[in-house]
Amino acid sequence: MPLAKWWDQARQLPGAPRTCGLGVNAETWSQCAGDVAASGGRLLAMWASACDAWDNADTVEIDDIAGPAQGAQSARDGGSLATEAYAAFLTDRGVLILELPIERSGAAAAESTHYPGLEGLFPCASRMQRAMFDVSRVRSSDPDRRPWLRHPAEGYELIRVAGDGVHEIAVGPVHAGTIEPGHFRFSVVGEKVLRLEQRLGYTHKDIERRFMELPLAEGHRLAARIAGDCAVAHSWAYCQALEGMAGCIIPPRASALRALFLELERIANHLGDAGALANDAGFAFGLTQFSRIKEELLRTMSQALGQRYLLDAVVPGGTQVDVSAEAARSLASRVAAIGRESAQLGTIYDDHAGVRDRFTGAGILTPELARRLGVLGLVGRASGQPLDARVDMPSAPYDVHVPAKVVRQEGDVAARVAVRFGEIAESCRLAQALLASLPPGAHRTAVRAPPAGSFATGLIEGWRGPVFVALEAGPGGTIHRCHPHDPSWQNWPALEHAILGNIVADFPLINKSFNLAYSGVDL
Amino acid sequence: MRPGPIVAQALEIAVALAAAPLFLGWVNQCRAWLANRGAPSMLLPYRNIRKLFHKDAVLAENASPLFRIAPYIVFGTMVVAAGIIPSLAGRLPLVVAADAIALVGLFATARVFLSLAAMDVGTAFGTLGARREMMIGFLAEPALLMVIFVASLISATTALPAISAHLASERFTIDPSLAFIGVAFTLVLLAENARIPIDNPATHLELTMIHEAMLLEYSARHLALMEWASALRLFNYACIGFALFVPWGIAARDIGPFGLTLSIPVLALKLAAAGGGLAVIETVSAKLRIMRAPEFLASAFLFAVLGLLVHVLLGGA
Repeated sequence: MPLAKWWDQARQLPGAPRTCGLGVNAETWSQCAGDVAASGGRLLAMWASACDAWDNADTVEIDDIAGPAQGAQSARDGGSLATEAYAAFLTDRGVLILELPIERSGAAAAESTHYPGLEGLFPCASRMQRAMFDVSRVRSSDPDRRPWLRHPAEGYELIRVAGDGVHEIAVGPVHAGTIEPGHFRFSVVGEKVLRLEQRLGYTHKDIERRFMELPLAEGHRLAARIAGDCAVAHSWAYCQALEGMAGCIIPPRASALRALFLELERIANHLGDAGALANDAGFAFGLTQFSRIKEELLRTMSQALGQRYLLDAVVPGGTQVDVSAEAARSLASRVAAIGRESAQLGTIYDDHAGVRDRFTGAGILTPELARRLGVLGLVGRASGQPLDARVDMPSAPYDVHVPAKVVRQEGDVAARVAVRFGEIAESCRLAQALLASLPPGAHRTAVRAPPAGSFATGLIEGWRGPVFVALEAGPGGTIHRCHPHDPSWQNWPALEHAILGNIVADFPLINKSFNLAYSGVDL
Repeated sequence: MRPGPIVAQALEIAVALAAAPLFLGWVNQCRAWLANRGAPSMLLPYRNIRKLFHKDAVLAENASPLFRIAPYIVFGTMVVAAGIIPSLAGRLPLVVAADAIALVGLFATARVFLSLAAMDVGTAFGTLGARREMMIGFLAEPALLMVIFVASLISATTALPAISAHLASERFTIDPSLAFIGVAFTLVLLAENARIPIDNPATHLELTMIHEAMLLEYSARHLALMEWASALRLFNYACIGFALFVPWGIAARDIGPFGLTLSIPVLALKLAAAGGGLAVIETVSAKLRIMRAPEFLASAFLFAVLGLLVHVLLGGA
């Protein structure tokens, strides 16, 4: 097997389990990516080590890109900047990270190509490569050179569908409801969708840049706020990377508590989605019931953990709060009640002809397509992709508390709802098991500052899917570079495919069944 | 003409104008209760209309005069329809002036203007809503006409007050054909008033809207008139239903003060019951996929035809 050859050359990286790094050149970069693709591996993330400030100009013209602010001097001097392009792959053996050193010339950035693009092997790479140019200004060989995160004032070319009776419906970025901004361009004939093109980036706020201004010991707070609904996953992934590079082993109680928080976050989000999905099908009863259950959980969390949403629960070295025996009992009884109630409501969904009719067969993403598009997480599991980082690459305590994967083959809205209900039940079981067997001892330990130049990663299965964080330490306990990667990067393009052939009125329901992050990918 | 009938007619329209938002508020309140939510005040639609009348209207730059006139036309047709339907009394000037087929025509007029106005500004959502509205409309109208034909066959007239009086005067027997057209009428009422399972009046998802999508470009007084017209349409449909299926308590001959004061509380009772029933239907149903709407309205038509067949089969006595 050719992939094993690359694994043998790779060196173990600290942080996430079974993660290895491998230095490559432009040729071996493409070869190795091809071998990963051939062996059924997935693209997990792409980023470049440079994260330069752009000029303060409000609008950016592609033709008009000047040297980076930091490197402006060297660019003017005709010099160039060394940087690295990274690609992380999810394979059977773990995460393989390729490091490609590239020369980035300041002046000719518009035309030059810095590294070979991977969009031919992994379709989801295209947006990541476009974002890499927007953030780090390294250019892939991808012919699609439209900006992704940094919006030019005008002149973004959407792909048009021509034909008799074809017209376009533009939705967003401002919507009628209070939801995050994204632009969706539908090409339709009557009600039938021929093509959907998404445009995101409206909440781009240069989070990766902001990371560089923070000390390592505070980055977890920003990580938790990248996408508020998977705060635990992001902050845990960050802390896993930081603790890995610092050589810190967290106490068993801390890892058990983190897993508990992660499962509570999963339950809360799945409950919210289960209600919202019924509401989008015009069945308001589901929304009120699930909103009530979710609110009860949030209030119990607020009492037991001091936070409704666990934005500051995970800190480097452990957790911010401990769970008292009394709080553990109240949480366990609440979680048990939620498991029962959601199962009951689930049977109402199953028995309701109208709801079932809306869910079944809507927005089908076939397992074959899901595999080719490299879909991850919950959406993937609903389309027959049995990937769950908690099981495949377990970090403590998931090596002991092994979750059962919930996988469906149908790939429609009903399957994504079924996976949610299955995971609510499974997470309720896990949370109760974790609460019943909380190891004694400290819930936090000290983390010493890692040496400058340390590199580590974190990989945590959030409720959407695997959240990946790559972290590089700077001198004096600073962050040199931090790249957080939400699985929505992989799953947004899949939504464009899932809607094809459906009617445009079903899009909100299908979109909700994916429920992808805007802020998490706009960064 | 003596002043009595004109005063009574004015009273009937005034009652419709006043009661329509209240009826909508009542339906919303029942829906909230049935969903285990705290209910908004029944007076909320009034407050909403009042608020909208106090705002400054914003018009799209390319809006034609049609866009501005449409709210007045739609509202006007609904007011005239409220005058034609014998909600309180049978022998009022407008009630006897037009028959049930003219009433269907009035509703169609309102629909045409609403759809034209929705397409006027040229936004994707307005056109989308108008297109769907016309699809619902052309399927719902035949079903509604068929319902009226069956009722007309039973009473040998197309005049609503005469149908109503005839049905009220019969001995209390359950006519099977009335049961069939009752089901058909309920389905048409749900579709024509943008209720679940055809449309969701509470949604914020533009892509799924039918009626609301056509109103997206309206603001202030125009929107207030449109909202009020929607409430009136629901009220009117309810009153047609009462005239056909529960005609008791409508003052047939006596349009003096006594007859009307008696029929107002009876109408209130009927509305309360109908609102509760509507809320129950909307709570237990999910919204149909829009491509299922033709099936839904075809079954309405089918039920109406079955009513006709049953009437003929049973001898048309």
